[in-house]
Amino acid sequence: MGLQGWRNVLALKTSKNNNRAAWQRAFPVPLSHSQITRLYSRFHSLDKGENGALSREDFQRIPELAINPLGDRIINAFFPEGEDQANFRGFMRTLAHFRPVEDNEKNKDLTSGEPLNSRTNKLLFAFRLYDLDRDDKISRDELLQVLRMMVGVNISDEQLGSIADRTIQEADTNGDMCISFSEFIKVLEKVDVEQKMSIRFLH
Amino acid sequence: LSLSGLLEKKRSAGISLEFKFCGFFVCESEGLTVKMKKRMKMLLLLGFCCGMVFGDQNRSDPHDQRVFPVLSINYDYVQMPFEVSLWILLASLMKLGFHLLPVLSGVVPESCLLIVVGLLVGGLIRVMGKNPPVLDSQLFFLCLLPPIILDAGYFLPIRPFTENAGTILTFAVLGTLWNVFFMGAVLYGACRLEAGRLASVDLLSCLLFGSIVSAVDPVAVLAVFEEIHINELLHILVFGESLLNDAVTVVLYHLFEEFAHAGEVTVGDVFLGVVCFFVVALGGVLVGGVYGVLAAFTSRFTSHTRVIEPLFVFLYSYMAYLSAEVFHLSGIMALIACGVVMRPYVEANISHKSYTTIKYFLKMWSSVSETLIFIFLGVSTVAGPHAWNWTFVSITIVLCLLSRVLGVVGLTYIINKYRMVKLSGKDQFIVAYGGLRGAIAFSLAFLLSSDDFPMKDMFLTAIITVIFFTVFVQGMTIRPLVDLLAVKKRKQSKCSINEEIHTQFLEHLLAGIEGVCGHYGHHHWRHKLNRFNKRYIKRCLIGGERSQEPQLISFYNKMELKQALMLLESNSSANLSAGVTAAIPRQRSRKTLNISKEREEEIRKILRGNLQKTRQRVRHTHTHTHTDTHRHTHTHTVTHTLSHTHTHTLSHRHTHTHTHTLTY
Repeated sequence: MGLQGWRNVLALKTSKNNNRAAWQRAFPVPLSHSQITRLYSRFHSLDKGENGALSREDFQRIPELAINPLGDRIINAFFPEGEDQANFRGFMRTLAHFRPVEDNEKNKDLTSGEPLNSRTNKLLFAFRLYDLDRDDKISRDELLQVLRMMVGVNISDEQLGSIADRTIQEADTNGDMCISFSEFIKVLEKVDVEQKMSIRFLH
Repeated sequence: LSLSGLLEKKRSAGISLEFKFCGFFVCESEGLTVKMKKRMKMLLLLGFCCGMVFGDQNRSDPHDQRVFPVLSINYDYVQMPFEVSLWILLASLMKLGFHLLPVLSGVVPESCLLIVVGLLVGGLIRVMGKNPPVLDSQLFFLCLLPPIILDAGYFLPIRPFTENAGTILTFAVLGTLWNVFFMGAVLYGACRLEAGRLASVDLLSCLLFGSIVSAVDPVAVLAVFEEIHINELLHILVFGESLLNDAVTVVLYHLFEEFAHAGEVTVGDVFLGVVCFFVVALGGVLVGGVYGVLAAFTSRFTSHTRVIEPLFVFLYSYMAYLSAEVFHLSGIMALIACGVVMRPYVEANISHKSYTTIKYFLKMWSSVSETLIFIFLGVSTVAGPHAWNWTFVSITIVLCLLSRVLGVVGLTYIINKYRMVKLSGKDQFIVAYGGLRGAIAFSLAFLLSSDDFPMKDMFLTAIITVIFFTVFVQGMTIRPLVDLLAVKKRKQSKCSINEEIHTQFLEHLLAGIEGVCGHYGHHHWRHKLNRFNKRYIKRCLIGGERSQEPQLISFYNKMELKQALMLLESNSSANLSAGVTAAIPRQRSRKTLNISKEREEEIRKILRGNLQKTRQRVRHTHTHTHTDTHRHTHTHTVTHTLSHTHTHTLSHRHTHTHTHTLTY
């Protein structure tokens, strides 16, 4: 869908049949239209090439991501498998994970299972950032890579290795020396993920 | 076997008796060699001779000098320290006693029992005819309160506090202001309507009374909330509010006192009052911050004098409190700021033993202080001059509850618009119900001068009644109410490296996402603060190599140390040797080792730590076999990860820097 297509869709805001169902048929992501408008303007400001999609260079221009230890992984999360361009739909979809969870929003008219910003889906998003090879397991090496990114270069490999071993041993319940998604969820059950993984921007 | 006793015996019976007595004693004592027994006999003989000399002297000239006072009483010399120690001993014994009666401590919170004890002690003293001591305000504010606040501030959980800072500040400032003015106004109206004795109470006095009574008390909140184990969010909301509303209370108290003294209020004065609030609050925080930085800086150089490290922490904090009190700034906020600023740096610098010492001393002092405060409250109730007035007291109690509920509900409605995790009705109820009043209100009322406030006694009585009501009624019923409403309790979580890693991971992730959105939110600023901290501040304040240590590593080290200590304490050496042999064939026989998996991992860690320095090869082979089994899973993926693991095992020492360029 090109830029013009999106503009048409956004014009739904002023259309007469403004009901929620129609809106959600057009956007199967749980964002209100004011949020979508804001995201769209942000998308537009990031898109220097004006071609309706973002490339990796556009993301790397963001100063906050350049100094972030997890910068590369976050950028990768916006690009679907094997592609080099992120369109607005993908952009929105990724960011929709970070919408705060609302108790009173039941989303009964959504037919597609759980909303993107549910606790499980938020955790799945984080899990996928660890699990690069998408085998649904965080292996010791994947964990080591993330640890190395977070900790910097001054710490020896042995120390990181023992931390990684300890981490896996703590979380691993089925003995496969990897952290599966269910083990990941279990380990984080005491952490307030709903608050930690929500941005006020999408409030 | 005292010398005086010997002398007495000597006078009554012959020397032979004493010899026999001493001889008996010497022979009976175990473990003494013959030589030692002989020596003791010589010493005793010497003693007898001296005694005889003295005795002879006494006997020879009884008329020239009075009898040498063998046993005399000089109580005045030790009176002050003796009485202080006696009170503290009483308080500690009471605490001990409560925990021996589990039935009682399960139903009634400790603070109630302590007040009852205080009442009994006060009654006892009064029955004995003396005047029971009243809780001296200076003693309270300078000696009893600081340890509790320091303990609270030093161990304040920073993350929940900063996440809810907006809510806490709103409750503390706006909530307290609302309480003060609502109570003052309605009380004034009631006094006007009542006439009679209450007619002389003017608006200013009512407002002052309101400002004293409205403040939620940290001591009482701590005492009650500690026992109900409520979830972290509610705990930090009520507790944070009780700490931060001190600034408001101090300003309003001094303001109204000044106005009452001056007799006239202008708009300019009100404006100055608002300015004063900011000065008091921010000034207090600044003073605390300065002392905190000084303490952190000092702790950098204490590596050779580890013994006095805790002393620095205590002294700097106390000085911060006193310095703030000199300028009428908020001492509580200074103390909290000092503790919060000082803690991460001091903990990185001091030894583990000093850390334990600080922790236990703070807990001990704050516990004793709390106990003493409640006992003294009880005693002061018996002692103090009372002027009971049914109307005033009952209206006060009703108003306290009403204004608190209205304030909380109203503010939550506004706050929920800005919060991500909204406060439910249950949460609001607990926050409202947890607004306990305590000894600070009493002490502030006690400080009032009787000239400006002729109704001081009535105020005191009303405040004591409110305190009793909140502590007894609210304190006792909050636990069953928490259970009834099924409020979430605090999750008992032992520290987990997983949680730490993943929490940090999420923080980085969120900071990045906020960058993508272009939104300078919470995570962005926290990220920036962390970077500033790491780059500049840690270098100054943390000595040695630990300034470069990432937070994750220090967390991990602390955890390991704790586990190793636990292991040493709990396990006997026999178990340890059995576990060592079982540790090695780990990969193969998984099922049989499941029971001691935890322990065997600890043992491996300790072994690893020991062997790391001396024999690198053992460690080396360990990693080699480890990645060997993993190589199979990696053959199907991109080749660069395969080579990464390959170089990692074979020459991890030499290509230390190289491996990193590969992954990036």
